[in-house]
Amino acid sequence: MTSTHLTAKQSTNENTLLGFWLYLMTDCILFGSLFATYIVLHNNTFGGPGGDKLFDMPAILVETLLLLTSSFTCGLAMLAVRQRNVRHTLLWFGFTFILGAIFLAMELTEFRHLVLEGNSWQRSGFLSAFFTLVGTHGLHITIGLLWLGVMGWQLWKRGFTNNTVRRLTVFSMFWHFLDIIWIFIFTFVYLMGDLQL
Amino acid sequence: MSKLQPTTARVVTYSIGFLSSVALTLIAYAIVVNDIFKNVWTPATIALILSLLAIFQLVIQLLFFLHLGEETKPRWKLMSFIFAFVILGVIVIGSLWIMFDLNSRMMMTPTEMIKYMDKQAGL
Repeated sequence: MTSTHLTAKQSTNENTLLGFWLYLMTDCILFGSLFATYIVLHNNTFGGPGGDKLFDMPAILVETLLLLTSSFTCGLAMLAVRQRNVRHTLLWFGFTFILGAIFLAMELTEFRHLVLEGNSWQRSGFLSAFFTLVGTHGLHITIGLLWLGVMGWQLWKRGFTNNTVRRLTVFSMFWHFLDIIWIFIFTFVYLMGDLQL
Repeated sequence: MSKLQPTTARVVTYSIGFLSSVALTLIAYAIVVNDIFKNVWTPATIALILSLLAIFQLVIQLLFFLHLGEETKPRWKLMSFIFAFVILGVIVIGSLWIMFDLNSRMMMTPTEMIKYMDKQAGL
């Protein structure tokens, strides 16, 4: 049987994966607009501090490495899914969840410090754009963590069914995508902000 | 969609993707944190190098984590990615072009415009 003769189930799965990929592409455009806004506004500090005075670079590097590692463990979890190994799947997705949660906690701590020091989104155009861009990414991470929690519970209750495997595959695409968005936040917001570019 | 590779081969590709991403992140970070590079290169050169490192990491993660290269014909994922990338270019480059052109038509560079706006705001 050739690959063109797919069963109904397989073809539903393929359609879901392609449909989710198309959603990710539209999400790319959402982030692209926020990046463009940030680049236009990043010098409009309204007499307030710029990125070079606000960003705690070692913490940002740790956040970046945490998210990158969680993307890697997510990939390893998907390999365990292919082998239909529940224990390994839960183990690697467990690591993904913990790393993602630490990342989110660090980001919220950073936001909290900024707001407490009077540098909230109301301070300047630069900070409005910064909070919108980085906050939107953080919101995606939060939704991803909720999703992963629900999937872990489903996997625990039902084991590997056609539905759980398809949902986990879609989740892994989402998580890898968020790591790719973070590369650009790391480069264009934090690294270039630190250089006052 | 993708042809099934043995799992060990998959572990190797994920590890290559992961380690090279870590390396690229650390290189970009080192360039920014060390003052040595700031004396050697102009800010524009550093910005260009950082952008290239980010794009290189994007390609690595698309290939090794999202398996974009393993798709068989018709390559809908690749085609929709290229389409989204073109739209993204129009939005980002177009916005920057318009906004910076607006400043220069007001007979000011972007930096001068910001100073002018701050002055108007009483800063």
